[in-house]
Amino acid sequence: MSTIQARLRGRYDRNLWFAIFVGPFVLGLIVFVYVPILWSIWLSFFNAHNTVTPTEFVGLGNYLDMLKDSAFRSSLLTFVVFALFIVPTTFVASLGLALLVNRARFAKTFFRSVFFLPTACSYVVASLIWKLSIFSGVRFGLMNTVLGWFGIDPIPWLSVTQPPWYWLVIVTARMWLQAGFYMILFLAGLQRISPSLYEAAAIDGATGWKVLRFLTLPQLRATSTAVLLLLLINAFQAFDEFYNLLSSSGQYPPYARPPLVYLYYAALGQGQDFGHGSAGAVILTLLIALVALGQGRFLGLGRRED
Amino acid sequence: MAVIQRSRADKTGSVLRYVVLAIGAVLFLLPFYLLIRNGLSTEQDITSPDWKLFPSTLHWSNLADLFNNPAVPMLRSLVNSLVIAVVQTVGVLVISGLAGYGLARIPFRYANAVFYFIVATLLIPAAVTFVPSFVLVSSLGWVSTLRGLIIPGLFQAFATFLFRQYFLNFPRELEEAAALDGTAYWGTFWRIVVPNSKGFIAAIATITFIGSWNAFLWPLVIAPDQSAWTVQLALSTFLTAQTIDLPQLFVAASVAILPLVVMFVFLQRWIVEGVERSGISE
Repeated sequence: MSTIQARLRGRYDRNLWFAIFVGPFVLGLIVFVYVPILWSIWLSFFNAHNTVTPTEFVGLGNYLDMLKDSAFRSSLLTFVVFALFIVPTTFVASLGLALLVNRARFAKTFFRSVFFLPTACSYVVASLIWKLSIFSGVRFGLMNTVLGWFGIDPIPWLSVTQPPWYWLVIVTARMWLQAGFYMILFLAGLQRISPSLYEAAAIDGATGWKVLRFLTLPQLRATSTAVLLLLLINAFQAFDEFYNLLSSSGQYPPYARPPLVYLYYAALGQGQDFGHGSAGAVILTLLIALVALGQGRFLGLGRRED
Repeated sequence: MAVIQRSRADKTGSVLRYVVLAIGAVLFLLPFYLLIRNGLSTEQDITSPDWKLFPSTLHWSNLADLFNNPAVPMLRSLVNSLVIAVVQTVGVLVISGLAGYGLARIPFRYANAVFYFIVATLLIPAAVTFVPSFVLVSSLGWVSTLRGLIIPGLFQAFATFLFRQYFLNFPRELEEAAALDGTAYWGTFWRIVVPNSKGFIAAIATITFIGSWNAFLWPLVIAPDQSAWTVQLALSTFLTAQTIDLPQLFVAASVAILPLVVMFVFLQRWIVEGVERSGISE
């Protein structure tokens, strides 16, 4: 038996086993996550047009340009508006669905499956249905047909900015796609609440809203925190539906560009401006890390409940 | 008296609950219905101001037209998506499964430091790293190649995290029985742990497969050439093109979601169980 085999067989050399199990993953993470990030930070201090090799050192110039760039700032504002719509609505919808499904006596699995099914659908496909069928700006669109029954004129959902109907299209598409997933998280949380608590509440004569407010919601606190955090992080990464709903024949309107759409056009659009793109990516990463940490601290994430 | 009143209130509440659930279910299924309805219609049926629940005749020929359309490389894109999703799913299961088990079970002095190093990447939003990742992958010369589409997606910190949490709760007695036989970690992992974790593995596999099949931003960035298009890219180009063939676009989208919906219907039980066991919401 060769020595390497002897070492692996003996239960003494755990370090080697640890390296065999964890090594490939850590190596991949270093090469495909950490190296790009460090490279990007490096590039963000340089002028790098049409090239991924830095040319001229500009110090913090790219960062200042980005912070002064009104389009970049408005992309952050777009994110804030989007988050203000999507986070609370999805939260309430998924919690509501979970409460309804959880208390359903029959066909529980059926309803759970129906609400969860959109998780399998892509943002591209959802955008297509929303843009060309439900919220099509012409008369034959489903929404405009329904409005027509009430004698309301067709609304050009995606092509007007005043009033900004496009928000309704964008937010409902994402709601449909993600509510079911968060519903599952809430269902898991609901199942962990001990039935004896509900019995005790029933003996005390608590019903309906009182049970929800003083028992269910406090018991779901940890789940709610996780859901809020995930919703916010996912909203920050919104790209697919904005891109597919609003761009047409190579054009994208300057309004309603969330940060990633903005970065996509800045770094990979005509200019291939990797210096500014990298600086923007670094700023966004710092922002989201700050928000995540801040929210975690605010809501007590990581603190042991018991 | 009070009991009778409550039970009557319960009954009303329960009927109301089912009404809301039913309306919700119709709304959630409606987009799928529209997709299939439009895919089997003619252009005239779709754009008719006189909205009908069903198209006048079902045009199955749309399906054949789609695959014969030289402008959209549908078959090629489907094959690319399938290869990418299968390789990524198998890769993530092996790489993250091993890493999760190692982190959970093999005592190593710096295991905690390694774990925090991995968790730290969870804080970095994956999509924000697309600029630096593009910079790296393009300098490797992997633009518009399957390598470029597959390899960077093989290292999923979240999957490793979930596997670790799961393996921490894996019953130790089973492993100890194997260890007595003189089987080292490798053998224990493949012969005892993996066969007894099929449900959780199925959950991670489904989630990874869906994520990979539905990915859009990374393929958009890294695969400008038609030869490397995924099905989502093909759909998107179709969708944002100047002239759109509506029935074909809808039939293409139906084809694109069909494999996932079928898989989802069979495997969703495992996802639900996986989510419940993963401790995401604990």
